[in-house]
Amino acid sequence: MSALAARGVHVRFGAARAVDGVDLEIGSGEIVALVGESGCGKSSLARALLGLVRPVRGTVECADRPLDYRRLKEFRRHVQLVLQDPSGSLNPRHTVYEAVAEGLRIHKVPGDERELVAAALSKAGLRPPERFFLRYPHELSGGQRQRVVIAGALVLEPDVLVADEPVSSLDASVRGEILALLLRLRTELGLSLLVVTHDLGLAWNIADRVAVMYLGRIVETGDTARVLTSPRHPYTKALLSVVPEIARQDPIVLKGEAPDPSRIPAGCRFRPRCPAYAAGLPAELAERCEKETLPVLPADRGHHAACVLP
Amino acid sequence: MSLLELRDLSVTYAGDVPAVRGVSLSVAPGEVLGVAGESGCGKSTITNAVLRLLPKSATVGGSVLLDGEDVHGMSFGRLRAVRWATASIVFQGALHSLNAVRTIGRQIAEPILLHEPKTSRKAADLRVGELLEQVGLPARRARDYPHQLSGGQRQRVMIALALACRPRLVIADEPTTALDVMVQAQVLQLLSGLVKDLGLALVLISHDLSVLGTTCDRVAVMYAGKVVEEGPASVVFDDSRHPYSGALAGAFPRVGDPRFRYAPAGLAGDPPYPGDLPAGCPFHPRCPVAFDRCSEAEVELLDVGAGRRAACLRAGEAS
Repeated sequence: MSALAARGVHVRFGAARAVDGVDLEIGSGEIVALVGESGCGKSSLARALLGLVRPVRGTVECADRPLDYRRLKEFRRHVQLVLQDPSGSLNPRHTVYEAVAEGLRIHKVPGDERELVAAALSKAGLRPPERFFLRYPHELSGGQRQRVVIAGALVLEPDVLVADEPVSSLDASVRGEILALLLRLRTELGLSLLVVTHDLGLAWNIADRVAVMYLGRIVETGDTARVLTSPRHPYTKALLSVVPEIARQDPIVLKGEAPDPSRIPAGCRFRPRCPAYAAGLPAELAERCEKETLPVLPADRGHHAACVLP
Repeated sequence: MSLLELRDLSVTYAGDVPAVRGVSLSVAPGEVLGVAGESGCGKSTITNAVLRLLPKSATVGGSVLLDGEDVHGMSFGRLRAVRWATASIVFQGALHSLNAVRTIGRQIAEPILLHEPKTSRKAADLRVGELLEQVGLPARRARDYPHQLSGGQRQRVMIALALACRPRLVIADEPTTALDVMVQAQVLQLLSGLVKDLGLALVLISHDLSVLGTTCDRVAVMYAGKVVEEGPASVVFDDSRHPYSGALAGAFPRVGDPRFRYAPAGLAGDPPYPGDLPAGCPFHPRCPVAFDRCSEAEVELLDVGAGRRAACLRAGEAS
């Protein structure tokens, strides 16, 4: 069963094809990392999965049922969002208690509010929770603020969390603790998690599966260990080669930046920046790169790459 | 001879907040020094101390020698001449540091015209074009406004700006934070190329030890206003002697290394507030290998061989 899925999803903003046909499944209790650079469409896909934008084509499914856009409120109890920068996503004039209780009030959740808030804060690693009730965001460290944001999502007991760059604004030494918390939430609560990030190290740290996105499409997907140790798509290879590490292969630094989603090239969308194509391919393969429209990669658990190269 | 030398530099902000507490570092021409650390460790304060950009209320101790001359003893006129022309800074946050209502060409020309008033408008424009090409942008982009450029392009403009008056020392404060990995790689490649081609001395400040490990010759790791470890870049990253550097290195996992799979490495707690440091070694409350003596007295940097120093009682132990 899939907890959350995109089926042939297309998202457009005017002429920009931000998401240009994506199949993606997040299984129950699974952690999937959606990796790509700014402008690749990963956040638009996440927003579509959260029901924040409506795909122009394709469907979003929650627990194998198509998302009903008239019942978004109900859907949001199952799928919660954790935003990137906790300094920006918390109201500076709300105490920790108010920030976490807000969801309960909106959804009119029955039960003792104090107890529910305390339980969510403990789950997010803020213990003893009562000590944090009356604190304001500015009195907390970056790591603690991110935990408050996570508690605000957990308080509704969702099945799925969608986290957009959950650690990119945190200090390096705090980052590991938040990632460990996300892993623990999966083990202890059986949460499914979609992490949107540009950080391959994060994917290696916590994700079961990874999907690499480029210009609106997933270009490679599969088990994290397989994709990140034996990548097949030239884009994944290039991304991996620039993760700063010692004693690695020569970096493949691509020229230019992520291209314009309102002008997606024909044939393979990565071709204009592809180092393999630029290095010269046999005429037959080169022609396929230029002309062949590649199919959308399947959402199953296999290792797939959208590339005509062997 | 080193171009920049910090001798026992200390900076205390108003309200008795010691941001930098006795830092000694040096950089030679053609050398890249990395300074690693997290928010509040004092790394940006050092940047500001080098060009005397600190608020008046800050107390500075020790000395900052730029080409052998103490920056904090310079007359204001001398300081103006030195800023940009001897040393310049690539400030953090390229997205917001540029003036939104002036073309980037005019912004790059401004320091040139100020420092060399005899320069004709035409000569300045030519130099702007050269600078833009040096950082990998076409000269015609001089007519663009910042909003017409992407994040990576704006960071290139910031670097061109820093190079405008041919400085010999460039300090880059988090030049790649907020950039994508591929753009980060492009910017780092550009900076390394400039050091090689122009013989610049470069100080690279970042919280990402893995970035510094690949780009720098030497790295200094700072915690709570002090250098806690210093040495050749790759060994500090791969085989650190201070548990804090080890934690920083581990925070950015080596992709493909099974030790990091499902095992994000982090430290409990948060970096301390500079105005309220713990007694003894300021790192001991978060340290995984601390013992009783760690809370008693602060440890100075100790020589641990092979050009390396570490401020840890356990630094001598094999890791």
